[in-house]
Amino acid sequence: MLEITGLCAGVDGKEILRGIDLSVGPGEVHAIMGPNGSGKSTLAGVLAGRPEFDVTSGAIQYQGQDLLEMEPEDRAREGVFLAFQYPVEIPGVNNAYLLKAALNEVRKHRGEQELDAMDFMTLVKKQLGVLQMNADLLNRPVNDGFSGGEKKRNEILQMAVLEPKLAILDETDSGLDIDALKIVSNGVNTLRSPERSTIIVTHYQRLLNYIVPDVVHVLLGGRIVKSGGKDLALELEAKGYSWISGAAAEVRV
Amino acid sequence: MSTAIDRIEQLANQDYKYGFVTDVEADTIPKGLSEDVVRLISAKKEEPEWLLDWRLTAYRLWTSMTEPTWPNVEYDPIDYQAISYYSAPKQKPTLESMDEVDPEIRATFEKLGIPLEEQKMLAGVAVDAVFDSVSVATTFRDKLADLGIIFCSFSEAVREHPELVRKYVGTVVPYSDNFFAALNSAVFSDGSFAYIPKGVKCPMELSTYFRINAASTGQFERTLIVADEGASVSYLEGCTAPMRDENQLHAAVVELVALDDATIKYSTVQNWYPGDKDGKGGIYNFVTKRGTAAGRNSKITWTQVETGSAITWKYPGCILQGDNSVGEFYSVAVTNNRQQADTGTKMVHIGRNTRSTIISKGISAGHGQNTYRGLVRIGKGATDARNYSQCDSLLIGDRCGAHTFPYLEVRNTSSQVEHEASTSKIGEDQIFYCRQRGLSTEDAVNMIVSGFCKEVFRELPMEFAVEAQKLLGVSLEGSVG
Ligand SMILES: Nc1ncnc2c1ncn2[C@@H]1O[C@H](COP(=O)(O)OP(=O)(O)O)[C@@H](O)[C@H]1O
Ligand SMILES: [Mg+2]
Repeated sequence: MLEITGLCAGVDGKEILRGIDLSVGPGEVHAIMGPNGSGKSTLAGVLAGRPEFDVTSGAIQYQGQDLLEMEPEDRAREGVFLAFQYPVEIPGVNNAYLLKAALNEVRKHRGEQELDAMDFMTLVKKQLGVLQMNADLLNRPVNDGFSGGEKKRNEILQMAVLEPKLAILDETDSGLDIDALKIVSNGVNTLRSPERSTIIVTHYQRLLNYIVPDVVHVLLGGRIVKSGGKDLALELEAKGYSWISGAAAEVRV
Repeated sequence: MSTAIDRIEQLANQDYKYGFVTDVEADTIPKGLSEDVVRLISAKKEEPEWLLDWRLTAYRLWTSMTEPTWPNVEYDPIDYQAISYYSAPKQKPTLESMDEVDPEIRATFEKLGIPLEEQKMLAGVAVDAVFDSVSVATTFRDKLADLGIIFCSFSEAVREHPELVRKYVGTVVPYSDNFFAALNSAVFSDGSFAYIPKGVKCPMELSTYFRINAASTGQFERTLIVADEGASVSYLEGCTAPMRDENQLHAAVVELVALDDATIKYSTVQNWYPGDKDGKGGIYNFVTKRGTAAGRNSKITWTQVETGSAITWKYPGCILQGDNSVGEFYSVAVTNNRQQADTGTKMVHIGRNTRSTIISKGISAGHGQNTYRGLVRIGKGATDARNYSQCDSLLIGDRCGAHTFPYLEVRNTSSQVEHEASTSKIGEDQIFYCRQRGLSTEDAVNMIVSGFCKEVFRELPMEFAVEAQKLLGVSLEGSVG
């Protein structure tokens, strides 16, 4: 599904990612943990094609294609979805309207018929039911005036409607209360299937009680310094990142 | 590193698709302006003595006036002697039927999407087509005449309905109003005239389509619309011009009069040639538009989508004279590349309990400069008057500018005036967010711009709204930055 090799990337000449190797198979859920500033969002941004990041070396294969050669919108249409750490406000643009346009771009790309407003609403209502969310966000401008929790819920709604093949959730759990956390986890778990992969970027082990990952990676200083099973997250919670930094220093020696 | 906004800028500068020239034999008078030229224009139109006198008075006044310098626009001085003030396609002076319109001209309007043949027309729109200085065709006149509605060219109105023209012309925009209004009054060649009689609701949209074709000519049309007591009408105006390297002057006057309980809705989609991306060529659109809501409970609504012209200088206003009268101004003005716009409105509250609403949306891209200038004046007698103004600016890129000059004069303490303003920018973040959801950069920009303009678009008649939205997309393509 996704094969990252030797990825180095930065911004304005500043190196942030210093050689990432990561392989995500179909149906797998990977968690990426690490302290603030370790490069988690940069990795997510590079995968989505955020223009300010420059990839200086390395390669990314996605479903057998060279992901780095693809425009951001083509990546999205091919099933790459990024739930933003900071979802962007777009005043004046109706939330449901953007979502419909997005869905129809994906459908067009897949050679499927575009949905009209009626069919679209039927689909959205169905997904809202699955997510146990109400429709209140749909008729507001995109993320404009949304609370932190509402923004994250909206990202999950978009994900559920667009049904991506590779979902990247960048700290979708940060700042959520326990109910919202359940909604978000429920969304990810519902979407879980043998063809879909998920990368969950998080700070906290808490989310991983609800979404059980196949693999946990620790990102530190732009490198993956440790990978392991779901227990690694618990260990991190107990011992903190300094435990790893020490270990990583040893590895490097 | 190429950013989304750079990319849109790089997209090929979309050609102005109305920029073609029609090859038609024209009767164009030599360049220059003098009393003799004014007499010549009047003679060509076989005008009555009173109108010639009116023109001459306007001309003499104009020679003593100076061009306004207060607008926030820059351009080289205009040489008024280098312009031809009259150009008409050669054809029979009066047409027996639509079939007699010069096929070249007819083809031009077809190309612009304005079919003149009635059977092919969108149901519900009557068109007056003005080609250079003269009106070449007016459709659906018979059907309108059955209701007593007069819809014809201004020249024809002077011939057939002189009493109506004489009664109203210059009452809303006197020739002394400003430099360009005086010039227009002296040399106007044609335009549209509409009169809706008492109690009649005009059953179709009335529309005038202006086309400048000839080189080195100015277009000075004059439009007069009168809605008698209880009448209502919706009027649309569209305009285009060929691409030419020199600037061409368009100085029009539009006057609206609404009597008791009458309603006039005037919508414009202005798409004159804006010049090339370096600012060469393009129309100078210096226009005076005003309506008098003269009667009780009368209402005048201006809606404009200004995407064209090198320079726009235009303040459609309302004189709210009748008690309970209502004035509205909804505007979208786009400036891209080197375009400059100084536009807004004047709401003059005279009657009691008068209300006005101003919604202005300015979009600047490229090196475009966009100025909103609006006056709200509440007179002494305007008890309980209300005004609400909202002026929003949207910037695309960081080389463009937006400026807002709201003027307020309140002479009655019972009035309520509210003003809101905002400036926002289309951010790289917003575009990337949309692209991450699968939209192209262009679609993302269009979506954000349409969202920004929707309060204005929903005031436009249906087909026009669709047209305006498309036009906006084209205007911003290849520039957004
Ligand atoms: N656009 C940017 N410009 C400059 N520095 C950046 C930018 N984005 C990220 N960085 C820097 O890169 C490092 C990693 O940031 P980020 O990937 O956001 O970390 P994380 O998501 O793990 O908290 C930080 O030091 C951050 O300041
Ligand atoms: Mg982050």
